[in-house]
Amino acid sequence: MEHGTLLLKTGLAEMLKGGVIMDVTTPEQAQIAEEAGACAVMALERVPADIRAAGGVARMADPSIVEAIMKVASIPVMAKARIGHFVEARILEAMGVDYIDESEVLSPADESLHINKQPFTVPFVCGARNLGEACRRLAEGAAMIRTKGEPGTGNVVEAVRHMRQMNSDIRRLCSLGDEEVANFAKEIGAPLEIVLRVRHEGRLPVVNFAAGGIATPADAALMMHLGCDGVFVGSGIFKSGDPAKRARAIVQAVTNYQDFALLGEISKNLGEAMVGINISDIPAGERMQERGW
Amino acid sequence: MAATIGVLAVQGAFREHCRALSRCGAAVKEVRQCSDIAGIDALVIPGGESTAIAKLLIMLHMLEPLQQRIQQGMPVYGSCAGLILLCNSIEDAEGKPLPQARLGGIDATVRRNAFGRQVDSFETELPVQGIAQPVHAVFIRAPFIVRTGTGVQVLATVGGNAVAVQQGRLLATSFHPELTEDTSIHRYFLSLL
Repeated sequence: MEHGTLLLKTGLAEMLKGGVIMDVTTPEQAQIAEEAGACAVMALERVPADIRAAGGVARMADPSIVEAIMKVASIPVMAKARIGHFVEARILEAMGVDYIDESEVLSPADESLHINKQPFTVPFVCGARNLGEACRRLAEGAAMIRTKGEPGTGNVVEAVRHMRQMNSDIRRLCSLGDEEVANFAKEIGAPLEIVLRVRHEGRLPVVNFAAGGIATPADAALMMHLGCDGVFVGSGIFKSGDPAKRARAIVQAVTNYQDFALLGEISKNLGEAMVGINISDIPAGERMQERGW
Repeated sequence: MAATIGVLAVQGAFREHCRALSRCGAAVKEVRQCSDIAGIDALVIPGGESTAIAKLLIMLHMLEPLQQRIQQGMPVYGSCAGLILLCNSIEDAEGKPLPQARLGGIDATVRRNAFGRQVDSFETELPVQGIAQPVHAVFIRAPFIVRTGTGVQVLATVGGNAVAVQQGRLLATSFHPELTEDTSIHRYFLSLL
């Protein structure tokens, strides 16, 4: 009997496909998310929009918050550790968290290295803006990727940019001659072995969700059309006027992203969406997507 | 005409089941909406999150039409979340009854997340009744069956707990054959048609 294998780590991500992973900060929110049909929840102390507003150093959540959410949720519970902070990750693993997000939403703890995720039993999801970043994370042992977008903005433009970049990088890789592949791997700073796997499969070898700025059912459906396997919704739900209704609508939108008439129906009367931020209004140093190496 | 196998495609690892069934030579159709149900002769319910799948079945008005087809004798195979949805009663990891929506059909009680959380997920070689070679079984936050009624046959156990059951043409496993290259469970299901 084997535990903590790569198949078990990537396999759980496969089970989340076609689903919505929602940020929650209390057991009550976790229940609303589960009731709305979320496939997993991300247990946090603050949603990205509040982290952005608060400023300062953002760290792993208080374990008592994560624990309280794990107690009420029957679906998988994820939690965030800082980039490179392997002790935060070990703590979350010891608590029995189901997935760890090594996340740029928190302040990085290491300015050159990410966590070596291979020796962990718990699986990791990591953010990426392009194929090079995704391949580096996979080499470190990530079992799931999410495009970064710009968290806490309610603005989908960066999520679109990163998903399009990923698709375009993969298409370019697949169109190269065999003799060009090693050089391409060098250019994007990715291990050749993983680049060859992506080329062979014509896609990332793990599940890829979209994240960072998804606020409406139409946003979620847009990301599904761009080829992601599911979506993370952070601030978009619990920073909106009617979280339960919006959560249900986004869950339905991800399943029925091709049915535009239905998308119209489920988008009706959702109440106030979260207030969005234009990316150009965020000072360059405060863009979370630039964190990670 | 060859039978069309529907794969419930509202959430979870449905693509993997489609691939496995296609490899067995079956005609496969994704079932996303009510209108897809009429055209299928059998159904596979994938692994995923059973609560999410159940909510979507209700929101999409698919729960009752599928229950009717099951009562009329449509063969169904469910893996993990699919097993949970096929059992007549569901309890949580502590053994308390859960009021969660389900399709039902198999006279059994299933315990969700019975083997524990993700860190307790495991792979093992599993002998399954009716299949010649042991199956490479992948258990992810897996359920097991705590009670079976008469007419339910237990095909495999782990630590004394039932992880594969069959009642007539309804088949269910706690593990995920769709994540491996081994198609023996899928072929066994197709032999029930």
